[in-house]
Order: sequence, then structure tokens, then C-alpha cells
Amino acid sequence: MKLLIKNGRVIDPRNQIDGQLDIQIEKGTVSQVGSDLEAGDAEVFDAAGKLVTPGLIDVHVHLRDPGLEYKEDIASGTLSAVAGGFTAVACMPNTQPVNDNLAVTRYIQEKAKEVGHCRVYPIAAITRGLKGESLTEMGELTEAGVPGFSDDGRPVESGAVMRRALEYSRPFGAAVISHAEELSLVGDGVMNEGFVATELGLKGIPWAAEDAMIARDVMLAELTGGHLHVAHISTRGGVEIVRQAKKRGVKVTCEATPHHFVLTDEAVRGYNTNAKMNPPLRSEQDRQAVRDGLADGTIDCIATDHAPHHFDEKNVEFNLAMNGIVGLETALPLTLRLVEEGVISLQRAVELLTCGPASALGLPGGHLATGAPGDVTIIDPDLEWTVELEKLKSKSKNSPFGGWNMRGAAVATIVGGRIVHTR
Amino acid sequence: MAFGHKHILGIEPLSREDIFTILDTAEGFKEINSRDIKKVPTLRGRTIINAFFENSTRTRLSFEIAGKRLSADTVNISSSGSSVAKGETLEDTARNIEAMRPDIIVMRHGASGAPHYLAERLDCSVVNAGDGAHEHPSQALLDLFTMREKKGRLEGLEVAIVGDISHSRVARSNLYALNRVGANVRLAGPGTMLPPEVDRLGARVCNRIEEAIEGADVVMMLRIQLERQAKGGPLLPSLREYSRFYGLNPDKLTLAKPDAIVMHPGPMNRGVEISSSVADGSRNVILDQVENGVAVRMALLYLVAGGESEDKD
Repeated sequence: MKLLIKNGRVIDPRNQIDGQLDIQIEKGTVSQVGSDLEAGDAEVFDAAGKLVTPGLIDVHVHLRDPGLEYKEDIASGTLSAVAGGFTAVACMPNTQPVNDNLAVTRYIQEKAKEVGHCRVYPIAAITRGLKGESLTEMGELTEAGVPGFSDDGRPVESGAVMRRALEYSRPFGAAVISHAEELSLVGDGVMNEGFVATELGLKGIPWAAEDAMIARDVMLAELTGGHLHVAHISTRGGVEIVRQAKKRGVKVTCEATPHHFVLTDEAVRGYNTNAKMNPPLRSEQDRQAVRDGLADGTIDCIATDHAPHHFDEKNVEFNLAMNGIVGLETALPLTLRLVEEGVISLQRAVELLTCGPASALGLPGGHLATGAPGDVTIIDPDLEWTVELEKLKSKSKNSPFGGWNMRGAAVATIVGGRIVHTR
Repeated sequence: MAFGHKHILGIEPLSREDIFTILDTAEGFKEINSRDIKKVPTLRGRTIINAFFENSTRTRLSFEIAGKRLSADTVNISSSGSSVAKGETLEDTARNIEAMRPDIIVMRHGASGAPHYLAERLDCSVVNAGDGAHEHPSQALLDLFTMREKKGRLEGLEVAIVGDISHSRVARSNLYALNRVGANVRLAGPGTMLPPEVDRLGARVCNRIEEAIEGADVVMMLRIQLERQAKGGPLLPSLREYSRFYGLNPDKLTLAKPDAIVMHPGPMNRGVEISSSVADGSRNVILDQVENGVAVRMALLYLVAGGESEDKD
């Protein structure tokens, strides 16, 4: 089966392509890129007036499967992904049971093959049971296709354990992902520490809690030569620490979420539990620093931290509400907003959603050269739409962007040459 | 009189005019409280539920008496711990309460924002009797009432608020209220108990209690929560040291204006934030605050219930 995508504006930052080209996908991989390709027996997708990009990749999602299927499962989470234009996601291991062994990793991989709509790369835990004590079997897990390790939702509190994780994973080429918070500084904080928290009478989480842990982990990466990937960076200091570390040649990459570059802690006013996440929405200064980091290359990729929660888990007092929001279906237009606002170029926006995440975690895809996976996202950058929470494909509707007017959407998502989503 | 608020969730949403409307209304009710027969038919047939999800003696009693003196039927529910600890969500609890058709729910809750949550979901009026570290509007209003009664004015008053500002809903509500009426606020407390950027709420933050008290018309001491164990690290080295640096004693009080009054929202820790000689001294108006609390709460209930139904007399 062949698919020919014709007449679109192909943006493939890794291969420095930006122009009107056709792309042919054969047997799941890109077989030809060129002008005016002959259709022959291929199915033709006319992408005139649209952007044709490598399939979008999200290196930080929670699919909640196994164990928390009432929030999301592999089928619904990947459906949400392709609706948002994503062709591959890396899912976090804080499931029940925790993905800290080959059996759970295999379960996710097999279920994704069976019912998934896009590629799924399971991230395994750094430590068994996310307890921060003993390392998971990183060799075997890497061999099985795990691209990175994370105790997401919790930091690895012990510096010694984090050091060993970076050392041990290094020869296997897998990233160790830091969920950076110094828990004693977090205390029982529930939102960003600052004026809004003072006014609302909610306990604050200082930026220093994140900066301190990023600083420690960057030092450990420098010490060990291991690859550190900083998840959901949200503070000015954190961005600066990574910027300086990169200048020194430390093997560190990082990601930022759309909510941290779009919203600030002002969104919490009214005790909006859909503005409660971890790390919390920060100050305007922090938001600006994240945008600067996206623009100057300090931040390697945009990741959603798609965190589905049941309505009941958000429909409670603010301090009791679960952390996190769904993000897969709003990430693309929120990223394009940065282009509209002049923060980054369109090419950089595509980079941050494709080859950026692919190279951060060493994933296949993220570009469209011959031989690359046949994963393509076709984007109408001018399509205007309003976020209706009930219409999200995710099982959960916990988003602060309900009712927002968006510009730009994936009109077709293609995984391995198969069109898995159109709008 | 125009009082357009269905709920009293905090002082922050109230205007200067609203505040004076409440204080003036309370003046009328204060007189009733000194009669032999302390009851008017104003809220006859109305049901008020005092839902206290956190311990309280004074505030609950005060609201209950306020409701009863207005002839409302008042019912109390207390529950320590959060609704979740009982296995029921706050929304379910609220819906059950509402199904019994109260007119006003007076609510005390440990979570900041809990009354706002309720107000969004229910048809009846919600009066915040203290939510977490956020607001305690009836306390600030009775404080203002007492200040006006004792000092004859509010505008231009120099008010020192001393103690654990971070965890204090009394401080926040007073900051809003005092700024609205043109008083000047100074704050003092240990560095661990001053929330970030609190000056933006309209206050001069002082390093030492002496600086805050100097020339003050009103000195308001806040309760130190002896039971508070902060997860974010220790807040105080010792109560002894707290008392020495931030406690009010007769020596420190000499720095205030000669006719300054001393306030405390209660319950007091004698010998910690306030020495007994000050607590029992001639400058203290602590029991006036409690007395005025009933009148102010009568005014609040009356105003949110519609405000014009029957004569007060």
C-alpha cells in the first residue's frame, strides 16, 4: 500500500527542508521525497494549502494503563494523541503496577500494537516501585525498547541513587529523566509561591524547589557523563541552569509544556483546579524565561505532560485536587500561538514537536528523509476552532483551555503510512 | 440601602460602601443585643445552617446567636476533618444540605476556597466563616466595627498586625478591609510567617514588632498556632524566642499611641503572643470584639437574606 501526499508545504527541520514537495510512503516508511511525484497506484492525499510535517512526538504523557483505566487507557490516550497530531508518545511509568519491569513494559507495547492509534514508547521507572531506592533492570528494559527512565511524579530524592542511575544507564544509551523537585522545599505547597498564593491563602511551592533539584541533577550528569533529560522545566532559574550546562557540554536535554509557556499562576484564581499541576503554573517571569528557552535552543522539545484525571478528582477543594491536565489535543495550536506571537519561527515550532523530542530521547522518526518512519502530520495552520471539553477524545476532560479559541489543527495524522485521524 | 451581594465569601469582593453598609447595619443590631428581650422577627421562617468543617467555638456560637436573635431557625453541623476523610465529597455534602432548603449556609472550612466552591454550586447564600488561610470576613468586619467604635473613625488609623501572617485568614481579611476604608496597615512577624509579596496587599512590612507598633492606634495580635507543624520546615526556634521578639508586653505597648487599643481574634495564648497584663489591661478591647461580633454577624445575615423584609425594631 502506497500513500502519496501531494502539494503541501513540507517542513522538515532536521533535513532543512521547507518547500512545496510531495512525499510518498511505502510499506510504512518514507520512500520518496520530491517535486511532482507520479501517483501511480498510490492513494493520494492532497495537502494543498497545508503544512506537512514529520509526525509530532510527545515524550511525556500519562496513558494510565495499566491500572488507572478510569482516567485513560492506551486506546483512548493514543486516540487523543492522533487527534492532536501526534504519531508517537512516550508514556510515564507511574501506572498500577508501576512500569518497573519487563512484564509491564511488554504489556504496554503489546496493547499499544493491538489497540493503539499511534506509536507508544514506554518509559520505565528509574527505581523499583518509584521508591527511590533500587535501580530497575535498565539493561534489559533498554534492550526491550525503553528510551528513557523516570520516576515521574516524584524526584529521586537520594543524590547517590540518581548518580548511580545516570552512571548505570549511560552505556545503554538511555536518558534518565528528572522530575525535579526538592520535596522538603515543596512541603505541602499546592501552587506556585508568590503573590497569587499569598492572596488566595494557598500554600506555595517556591521556584527554588525546582531549581535546586535541576542543579543537583545537572551536576550529577556532569559528574557521570550520563544523559539527563529534565522534564517539564518551568522556572527561570531552571532554564538558566540548563543553558549554562549545555554551554559546558553537559549531556542534558529538557522539555517544556504548553501550559507553562501559555499560562501563569494567575490562572489559579477562583480556585480553578484545572490550573493545578506539578510543577505549578509559575510567574510571568518564569513563563517568559521558558519562552526564551524555547527560542534560543536551551529547551529541546515541547511535551504535554498529558495527565488525565477523572472529573471527581478535580471537582474538589483546591488543596485536595489531583495535579495535572490533559494536553495532547491542545498542544499544537498552543505551540503555533508562539509563532503568531513572534516568539519562535514556524520551523522552530515544528522542530520542537518533531526532531527535537526524537533526538532528546533517541526515538525513531521526527523527520521525513527516505527510509524514515512513515509518520506524517498534516496541519491546517489557519483552522479556527474552539476547545469543547466534552469533545476531547481523551477519557478525561481536565483542561484549563475549555472555551479557548484556537488557531491551527492537525487535519490528518498518518502513522506508518496509514491515515489514523482526519478532521 | 443597596447591598448587592448574595454571598459573603470574603472582604476582597466588597467595596468601601458595602463595608460601611454592613457596619452601619450592625450599629442598629448592637442595640438589640443590650435589650432584655434580645430578639427581632427579621428572619422569621428562614433557615440558616452553620456548617463547620473545622473546629470553632467562638465564631460558631456567635453566628448561631446572631441567627437566633433574628428569629431564624439555625442548625449546626460540625465535622472535624475534611469531607473526604468522611468518604463524602464536599459537593455531595453540600447538595445534601441544600436539599433541605436552607436560606443561608455559614461555612467554616480548612481549605482555602471551599466557600467559593460551594457558592458556585448552590442556590442558597453562602457566608464564609473562615476558609483555610484565605479569608475570615466576619472577623475583619467586627474588628473594623470595634475600631470605629473605640476610635471614632477608620480613615487614617494606623493599625499594626503582628504574628503569623502567612497562615492567617484574619490578617488577609483585615488587610483588604482596612485598605478599603483608608486605614494604614503595618505588619510584623517572623520571617517564616510573612508570605511573599504581602506588601502588595497594602501594608508596610516591618522587621521588628517595635517598628510596627510605634505610633499605632490599633495593635492587633494574631494567634500563634501551637499545634502547627509545618511540612515545609520549622517556623520557629521556640515559643520563648517568639514571645521575646514578637509577643506584646506592656513595655512594647508604650511605643503605641497613648490611647492605642489592643485587639486579638482569639483564642489567645497568654504568655506567647500577648502577656496577661496586656490581655487583661485597660487598653484591650478583646471582649468588645466578641460582643460586636454578634451584631456584625446579624448584619451580615440580614443583608445577604435580602435586607429589607421586616423592621429591625
